[in-house]
Amino acid sequence: MKTLKFAALVAAGLMAAAPALADLVVPNLSYRTGPYGANGTQYADGFNDYFTLLNERDGGIGGEKIQVPECETAYNTEKGVECYESTKSSGALVYNPLSTGITYQLIPKVSVDKIPLYTPGYGRTSAKNGKVFEWVFNAPANYWDGASIAIKYLLDQNGGDLNGKKIALVYHNSAYGKEPIRTLQELAKKHGFSLTEIPVEAPGQEQKSQWLQIRRDKPDFVLMWGWGVMNQVAIQEAANIRFPMENFIGIWWAGSEIDVTPAGAGANGYKSVTFNGVGMDYPIYDDLKTHVIDPGKASQGGPHVGSAVYSRGMYAAVVIAEAIRKAQELAGTSAITPTQLRDGFEQLDITPDRLAELGLPDFGPEIKMTCDNHGGSGMARMQQWDAEAKKWNLITEFTEPDQEVLAPLILEDSEAYAKEAGITPRDC
Amino acid sequence: MLYREAGDFKTGYRSDGQTFPIRLDRWGYYALVAVAFLVVPFLINDYWANAVLVPFLIYAIAALGLNILTGYAGQVSLGTGGFMAVGAYAVYKLMTAFPDVSIVIHILLAGGITAIVGMLFGLPSLRIKGFYLAVATLAAQFFLVWLFNKVPWFYNYSASGQITAPERTVLGMAVTGPATSAPAKYLICLCFVFVLAWLARNLTRGTLGRKWMAIRDMDIAAEIIGVNPLTAKLSAFAISSFFVGIAGALLFSVYLGAAEVGEAFGINKSFLVLFMIIIGGLGSIFGSFAGAAFMVLLPVFLKNVLVGSLGWPTDLAAHIELMIVGALIIVFLIVEPHGLARLWALAKEKLRLWPFPH
Repeated sequence: MKTLKFAALVAAGLMAAAPALADLVVPNLSYRTGPYGANGTQYADGFNDYFTLLNERDGGIGGEKIQVPECETAYNTEKGVECYESTKSSGALVYNPLSTGITYQLIPKVSVDKIPLYTPGYGRTSAKNGKVFEWVFNAPANYWDGASIAIKYLLDQNGGDLNGKKIALVYHNSAYGKEPIRTLQELAKKHGFSLTEIPVEAPGQEQKSQWLQIRRDKPDFVLMWGWGVMNQVAIQEAANIRFPMENFIGIWWAGSEIDVTPAGAGANGYKSVTFNGVGMDYPIYDDLKTHVIDPGKASQGGPHVGSAVYSRGMYAAVVIAEAIRKAQELAGTSAITPTQLRDGFEQLDITPDRLAELGLPDFGPEIKMTCDNHGGSGMARMQQWDAEAKKWNLITEFTEPDQEVLAPLILEDSEAYAKEAGITPRDC
Repeated sequence: MLYREAGDFKTGYRSDGQTFPIRLDRWGYYALVAVAFLVVPFLINDYWANAVLVPFLIYAIAALGLNILTGYAGQVSLGTGGFMAVGAYAVYKLMTAFPDVSIVIHILLAGGITAIVGMLFGLPSLRIKGFYLAVATLAAQFFLVWLFNKVPWFYNYSASGQITAPERTVLGMAVTGPATSAPAKYLICLCFVFVLAWLARNLTRGTLGRKWMAIRDMDIAAEIIGVNPLTAKLSAFAISSFFVGIAGALLFSVYLGAAEVGEAFGINKSFLVLFMIIIGGLGSIFGSFAGAAFMVLLPVFLKNVLVGSLGWPTDLAAHIELMIVGALIIVFLIVEPHGLARLWALAKEKLRLWPFPH
């Protein structure tokens, strides 16, 4: 009898608690622990706070409250799968796991379960091709866009000529870090620079040999695809070998305050690509303060409000909320299904005017998605760290990536996936 | 009163040497197998399969494999994650190179390939022992992960270095790929577990198992009584790696569907499987299962209780969960160093005397 009771208790414990089905459910697969926890926390807070704001200020979207159940993945793919399985039965509308590894895992699953997967600025680049990846969206920009924009910026800085220059790519040795290599190789061919690939093993606390190699090879520019503790170590090491910081460019995930502050003044001038605005000079923060922060409803008490990664988490929530609004409009009902949300994403058009209306003028590029373009325009801009003022400054306008190089690569990669997975690309 | 051997007469050596000499045990085992094969597949849903049962079954195979090497043959190994990666990449290469051959054959072949690799890395065990061997196998772990990251041939030159399992079927049912139903996933793993556990049990109580245990207990004495250390140690490495390779192949193809070597088969995996057999019980088949259950189910259980029922913040729950699991490991090692298997054996001994203990 006792064992039976115990077994029942264990079984009940293993069963996931199911939330009420009435609301719109947007699970937040976050990570606040592990080597990437410091970055993941900020993103998750931004994501939560925007939905709290909508719930508090507007009573949800279209009169429907939004529920954001959180599930801790620790950036671990197995835990990510568990989180996905335990939340999907609760009527989840869309997933945003903030991990390229988990994204790769979920792409086939969401296609079968018919739930949209929104991966802004990460995940599988070729998911931009909506003909093949019906359920995956990665607007406003993807890694290949980021790589191209970084090179474009360097071209601008060097009078349009990178011939004979040496560029090193320091990357997280995982699916995430390897993403830009293909594009950079193509761009190296096109612009005549040489590319050195320098992998860093996860989580990246040990980079002495990599930076020794950089000191020896003396590349003109260093690009970095890093995340979590790897960024801090890399920027510190770069400062240690006195690598000129203005020639060191990170992708957007290597461009937050916590990445540069440990290096102190040594990080001054470090640059990174970004697809969202930085700082707190946006009207939305007033609303956020009145409705979320002051009443004490901010996620984790709001210690990271306004940081670069927080802003990006909020931006992801903004796009999802806009897609939900669009889907409600298209479906004529406020209680939408994941399939209706997919249609909402495919007809999403966030114009600069709409962004200003949301209290985020010039915060991100215009996002316009269609059935065959799930990646938007791919525009991004550059930011530079000012160590004295401890803030990021935007130094360029939104620029277009080199679609001439990217489009064929995306087509090639997505077609290879379609062949491998046995998908017939749909007509758009 | 209920649980006793009195009245259970054995009239031959066969029945005397059977795995479950007590009738109640035997019935319990048959009932468990019947429930696992005939009842669970009809009740299982995606969550139970993907979060609980499939990982438990797969890690049980890995724990069985490591238990053969460490628990029975006494050779410490920290290379389990690397050997699982060999199984995963072998099955991936085979699946993509020969799409028409049954996945079951591919998984078995992947086990065979891992056995060869395991034997290769087992060669140093002929000269070194204990901690030194642990370090040698640790080298295997890092070398194998590096190899699968470095050489693009292993991941078919995909841009991201990820491997993704295409859809394969057994008897017309998809067992790999996204369209796999929960019962199919569960059943394919259960079949492998059933056969492999049966194999492990019979290997370990036969000639080979006795040789392994002789080597474990005192290798010089074993050599004097005629056990060849070369064949005993290498066979332990081969068979253990075969099990671990199959676990890796299933983990990638059936459970995860896509994998990245550093993340899915890193050093953490080696430690996880090692903890499983230490907590479960070294040198015990039941211990492998108990340890796998403990390490797979406890975190899920704690997470659901702390976050789902008590509504704690997820990061606090995740940290508390690590602390609870860690504390329990220490408690187990102090209170019962021989693991859950020993606790189970003690409970059974007490039950035999119940209600009249000495």
